[in-house]
This record gives sequence, structure tokens and C-alpha cells, in this order.
Amino acid sequence: MSIELQNISYTYMPGTPYCRDALLDVSLKIERGEFIGIIGHTGSGKSTLVQHLNGLLRPTAGTVSLDGANMHERKQALKSVRQKVGMVFQYPEHQLFEETVFDDVAFGPRNLGLSDEDVQQRVESALECVGLSVADVAKRSPFRLSGGQMRRVAIAGVIALRPEYLVLDEPSAGLDPCGRDEIYAQILQLYRTSGMAVVLVTHNMEDVARMAKRLLVMDHCRIRFDGPPVDLFHDETIQLRDFGVSLPHVTSLLKTLRAHSLDIDDTLQDEEVVVEAIRSALKRKRDSSC
Amino acid sequence: MLTDIMLGQYFPGNSFVHKLDPRSKIVLTLTFITSIFLANNYISYLTVGLYICLIVLVSGIPVKIVLRSIKPLWIILLLTAAIHLFMTPGTTLVAWGPLSITGEGVKQAVQMSARLIYLILISSLLTFTTSPIALTDAIERLLSPLKRLKLPVHELAMMMTIALRFVPTLLEETDRIMKAQMARGADFSSGNIIKRAQNLVPILVPLFISAFRRADELATAMEARCYRGGDNRTRMKELSLGLNDAVATLTIIMLVLVLTWLRWGWSA
Repeated sequence: MSIELQNISYTYMPGTPYCRDALLDVSLKIERGEFIGIIGHTGSGKSTLVQHLNGLLRPTAGTVSLDGANMHERKQALKSVRQKVGMVFQYPEHQLFEETVFDDVAFGPRNLGLSDEDVQQRVESALECVGLSVADVAKRSPFRLSGGQMRRVAIAGVIALRPEYLVLDEPSAGLDPCGRDEIYAQILQLYRTSGMAVVLVTHNMEDVARMAKRLLVMDHCRIRFDGPPVDLFHDETIQLRDFGVSLPHVTSLLKTLRAHSLDIDDTLQDEEVVVEAIRSALKRKRDSSC
Repeated sequence: MLTDIMLGQYFPGNSFVHKLDPRSKIVLTLTFITSIFLANNYISYLTVGLYICLIVLVSGIPVKIVLRSIKPLWIILLLTAAIHLFMTPGTTLVAWGPLSITGEGVKQAVQMSARLIYLILISSLLTFTTSPIALTDAIERLLSPLKRLKLPVHELAMMMTIALRFVPTLLEETDRIMKAQMARGADFSSGNIIKRAQNLVPILVPLFISAFRRADELATAMEARCYRGGDNRTRMKELSLGLNDAVATLTIIMLVLVLTWLRWGWSA
């Protein structure tokens, strides 16, 4: 059970002066139940990469397969691929179109040809998943909601498909810190309760460092790093700055403290734990010096 | 996908044709189009064809791309050719049933198709070698005498500039919305016409909303920079006629002369 990309390359507008490579010989395997963060600066190819995961783009070279079957072999296959791999685009609220929130979230399930009861049930549970009260919003026009709520409705529209893999492209773009934390908390909860794989694309290291178990760093159309975030931050041979991304604030603080000879574990992530660790390390230092 | 469409697209370059003043390019293109109608025999059509080949060569635009511009119009081409082929009265060459092909018909079909192809090619060449901004700028300048008649020339040109500017943006947006709805299981390529039209709603509604939002933002941005159209505006790129334009004009005059000669000879 996995999505597998084998040596895929993708070129935009081949044969014109606007021709541009976006991916070069990328191979990747995503298993069920993983939480993967994809990070890279603007134009590094991350959005292009994820659009291959549900067959929206067809690679110029290489193959994409889901559970061992090539996505582009039969046209019918793509429909089930898109049900299994849910995709939330950047600014997903821009795709809302129905008169009521309920109908908009129901668009996906209805396309699957489900019965009315099933649709209703899926819509309600999807809205609950993203922390919206069905009674409050279901009958309202999506265009009368706040920005954060619109985004959640749009995400619910994808969750209602009950995908096995959920791909989110910059889900926090344009939200205030509060809205961002809420969205991520819900994604994390969804990941824990539903068991679906989550692929999170962002250029913000803070977001993924805390949540992702596996991190991909993209740069110049290629994957430059694939592994646990902790490995990335402590691999001295990798210059993150070259990839246009920076260390999370917590990690760079801990590294600086270590550099100033404070005995502290710089692999910690959780803020409260870090505060406690710094406090005790300072105490140890004071005790030993006097 | 959608963004791959060649829509009278500007093809950046640095050739003789690219560097011509857009005003002279427009006027010369119009002259050229008129002069096509002077042609009335195979040799003159051939001359016009050679002239177009010359422009393509000088402009440095790949022949494949130039030819691609004919593709969207091939049905019209085929229809025109067929109508001329079968409907022109004259000496019959082949006949079966009510249909008959005449010698005059063949001539008409070939020449009309050539005329259409030339029209398409020359107008695509104009847009291939001239950026939309330069084009509207030139149109504004060419139409400026009409200001005396209280015609809002500057405003019209501004509207064209903005419209052209947003064509690629809206295409990109459409592409994105289509993908987002496809990700939710929407299907745009099957079903009958009514079904397909219904399937467009999930694209059109978000597209209109975003177009209005963009228009609003643009208006605010222009307002914030104190935009007031028309009078006393200066330009970053002043249009100026140069030697290039004189040379290009000369070639067109020669073409017209040759075509006139081929049509009437020196006797007229």
C-alpha cells in the first residue's frame, strides 16, 4: 500500500521559449500512515511534485503508481486514484462555488455516486473533523464565512472523500498565527485518528519540524534530503541555507547555546520541554562553576 | 494543460522584426493585408508567400510555432476551400451526382485558402513579435487623433492592456480551479453537452469570483498610486520611428508595386 514515483521528470510547456524543467529524475515512495513534510523555497518543484501524487500532472518521463498499479495506464483508474489521494491546493477557499456549505462539501462525495444518506453522513463528519459545527454553517453560503472558516470548509470538501492519503499544499498560507495553529492542530488530530498518510508542503520549517516524521527537502527540481527532521538539523554536511530554508527557531537557539558551551540536548523540539531543559542546564552550569 | 495554449502569444526575441516600432508594424500589417487582395494569380500569391517566409526567417521564430497558429482555424479553411471547390461555376473537370469540380473552382479554392492562411500567419506574426503592452500603446497612439471627437482613446487602450495582461493570469487560475475540482472527482471530459455545461459551474463560479476580486484589487492599487488616465501622462518607453521602420516600409512598398505590376502590367 503505497504511492510510488519512479524516476519522474516534468517539464512545463516543452517546445516553447517558456519551456522550464520542474522535476528531474525524482524517485519517492510514500507508505500508508506516514506524515511527510516537503519543504523547499519557491520554485523548487514541490507543488509540481505533489500534483503527480494524484495524477493531475502526467510525468514527462517516469511512472507513478498507486498500490502497484500505474496511474496513467487506464483513464478509469484516475478516478479511484483521486478518491484515494485527496489534494488540498494553496488557497483552497478559492475553489468554493456552491450555494451552501453543505452542498460544497458534498460535491466530492456526490461525484463518487454515493447515496444521499452516505453523503450527508460524510459531510457532517468532515465538517466536524475540521472543527466546524454542522448546525451553524451547513446551511450558510460559503462566501459569507471568515477566511479561516472558508479554508476549513474547503479542506472538509477533500476530507469528505475519505482519502487514504491527504496532500496539503501550504494549508496555512495567508492565515494569522492563531488560524495557522488551529489548522495544524486539526490536521495532526486527523492524522492520529484516521490513520491516513499526510503529505504537507510548506516553505516554513517551523510547521513541519514539529509534526513530520519524515522530511523531504527540495531544491532545483530534485529531492536533496529524505529522512527524519532531526537528522537534517544535525547533519553538519548539509548547508540548509543553500536550499533556501532555515532551521526552526528552537533548534537554532539550542545550537547557539551549545556553541557557547552550554551542555544541552539540541534535538529537542517541544517548546515547553526546551524551556525546562535550558533552565536546568543553566542551573547545572551555575552549580558547577561555584 | 490549459496554460500550454498558444493564444496569440508574444514570443520574446531581439530580431529586426521585434525591434520595429509597434506603430509601423500595425500600419504595415494592415497595408500587407490589403495588398493580399491585389493578388489574383498564382505568381502573385507565390510572391506574397515568399514575403511571409522572409518575415518568418528574419524574426527568428521557429517555423513549427508559426504553423501551429493555423491549427485552430483549419476547419474554417477546409470549409472555405470545399465551398469554392464545388460551388464555382465554370468548365467542369470532374462531376459526380450534383457535385462537380470546375477548373475555376480549383483555382478559387487554392487562392482563397492561401489568402486565409496568409491573413492568419501575418496577424500571428504581429502578435508573436510584439508584446501586448507595445501593441496597445501603439493602438493608443494611432487612434489619438480621434480624441478630438471626444473618443476616450486612452481609456480604451488601458482597458485593452488590462484585458490582455490578465489573459494568462486567468488561464492559470482556470487551470488551478480545474485541478482542484478534478481532485474532488469532477469530470470535464465525458457526458453529453448539457451534462458538460453543468460540469462547468464548479469552474465558472470560482473563476468569476476571483476575476472580480482581482479587478477590485487592481482598481485599489491604481487608485493608491494616484492613477488618472489620459492627459499629461508620460511614458517610460517613448515610441520612436527609426531606420528599421524605413527599411520595412520600403519592402512593403516594393511588394505592393510588384503585386500591382503582376495584376495589371505596365499598361494600366
